[in-house]
Amino acid sequence: MKPSRIVITGVGLTAPNGNTLAEFRANLLAGKAGVERMEIRYMGSQLAGVCHYDPLKYQKKKEVRVGTRAGSISIYCAREALADSGVNFEALPKDRVGIYIGCTEHGNVETENEIYNISKFNYDTKFWSHYHNPRTVANNPAGEASLNLGTTGPAYTIGAACAAGNLGLIHATQMLRLGEVDFAICGGVSESIHTFGIFAGFKSQNALATHEDPLKASRPFDLARNGIVVSEGGALYTLERLEDAQARGAKIYAEIAGYHVNSDASDYVLPNPVRQTECIRSALGRAGLRPADIHIVNTHATATPLGDIQECEAIRAVFGENCPDTHINNTKSYIGHCMGAAGALELAGNLPSFEDLTVHPTINVDNLDPKCDLPGLVLNQPRKAAKVDTILNNSFGMLGINSTLIVRRFVP
Amino acid sequence: MTKDECKQVVLTIIADIAPDEDLSNVKPDVRLRDQLQLDSMDFLDIVMELRKRHGIEVPEADYMQLASLDSCAEYLTPKFNALAGKQ
Repeated sequence: MKPSRIVITGVGLTAPNGNTLAEFRANLLAGKAGVERMEIRYMGSQLAGVCHYDPLKYQKKKEVRVGTRAGSISIYCAREALADSGVNFEALPKDRVGIYIGCTEHGNVETENEIYNISKFNYDTKFWSHYHNPRTVANNPAGEASLNLGTTGPAYTIGAACAAGNLGLIHATQMLRLGEVDFAICGGVSESIHTFGIFAGFKSQNALATHEDPLKASRPFDLARNGIVVSEGGALYTLERLEDAQARGAKIYAEIAGYHVNSDASDYVLPNPVRQTECIRSALGRAGLRPADIHIVNTHATATPLGDIQECEAIRAVFGENCPDTHINNTKSYIGHCMGAAGALELAGNLPSFEDLTVHPTINVDNLDPKCDLPGLVLNQPRKAAKVDTILNNSFGMLGINSTLIVRRFVP
Repeated sequence: MTKDECKQVVLTIIADIAPDEDLSNVKPDVRLRDQLQLDSMDFLDIVMELRKRHGIEVPEADYMQLASLDSCAEYLTPKFNALAGKQ
């Protein structure tokens, strides 16, 4: 049986440089980054991508106090996506709505906060918060969204390191096709800038970006790149089966064309370009597309010296020849690495290309690393494209998880 | 500490843990849960904040003493004063 066609009908996001898709996209085309200095516990001033959405738009003060930042970001993005989708949410059977949210990690922020809290009380655990467990369970971000929205269908997170944003969309596609739910809210979120451990861990790996100008700090493919800018953010989508979307006259952003997820099985942190290539090729195969059919490749590149080269190696193996209409870009150069939200946010930033036929560039490339010199790389200035019918979105993560998601312009 | 001062201490804590609530007309003789959106986790917050801010311990068996502002004042004022006496 032919699987159901799944379409994207709504987008809600918060990024370090925008709190709506329109604002985010405008800043991507204008070359406006969103990285700033932030005080990190025990580490002092660090570079970070900070979101500036208004939590009280959709939450009560008490919800913000009791819940987590990841939960708050999830609620904001879910509500924004629902509003954007135009769906009559009140009329939807709430037990048929699924919430699938990708996370790189969850619980570090809340655990660090509690340890810091009891450190003020001589480490007496009677001062440990009774909210610790509901805040740190791995399903927290999705659970908070279900509480806020009143949905009673499945709501859980998908732990997939920095591939998680893509995994949220992929998992929702699968659940819609299986008939587990009729309406999905999915994507990825991250609260990682609120845990010093992420910063300290990357610093100990010599993988934390430094730059005197925060806006220039995240610089994938540049010779002087020196690591990751840690960011928070979220992007959640509403996904529906095509017939349901059409029945209610929904605006359709894109159709899920294909995807693949695989594992390196080779190292805890080092990427594996052979497996990345396999992942991209498998996604293409499942979409029934050739490399030359892809018009935008959004790279995962995080601006680590080695990781960027390895991803370029994988992309070159697939798109290096005979792909004259393939444009390659990167979104982390604007917003840093939004971890579990990265894949979902980066896809969102490219979706408007179906309408404006413009490819946003990767910025902050003053001296292109020759090892990252890919044909089709869009550098520093937006590029008009003859056609944009397909977007391929790469997201990779630690422990060797790779994901590739392909969306296509919706054509009935 | 007077009982009125004790009620004010409790209200200050409630203002922090239930920031959406209007506390201007809390009736002292009515159960807090009957006039404010407070759940069992919020009561644990009151217990925790009494511990953190004031060094007051409320054993689980005595939680019912925190039902209303009046009962809070009856139960907590002697504890506050005993603590002040020690210092």
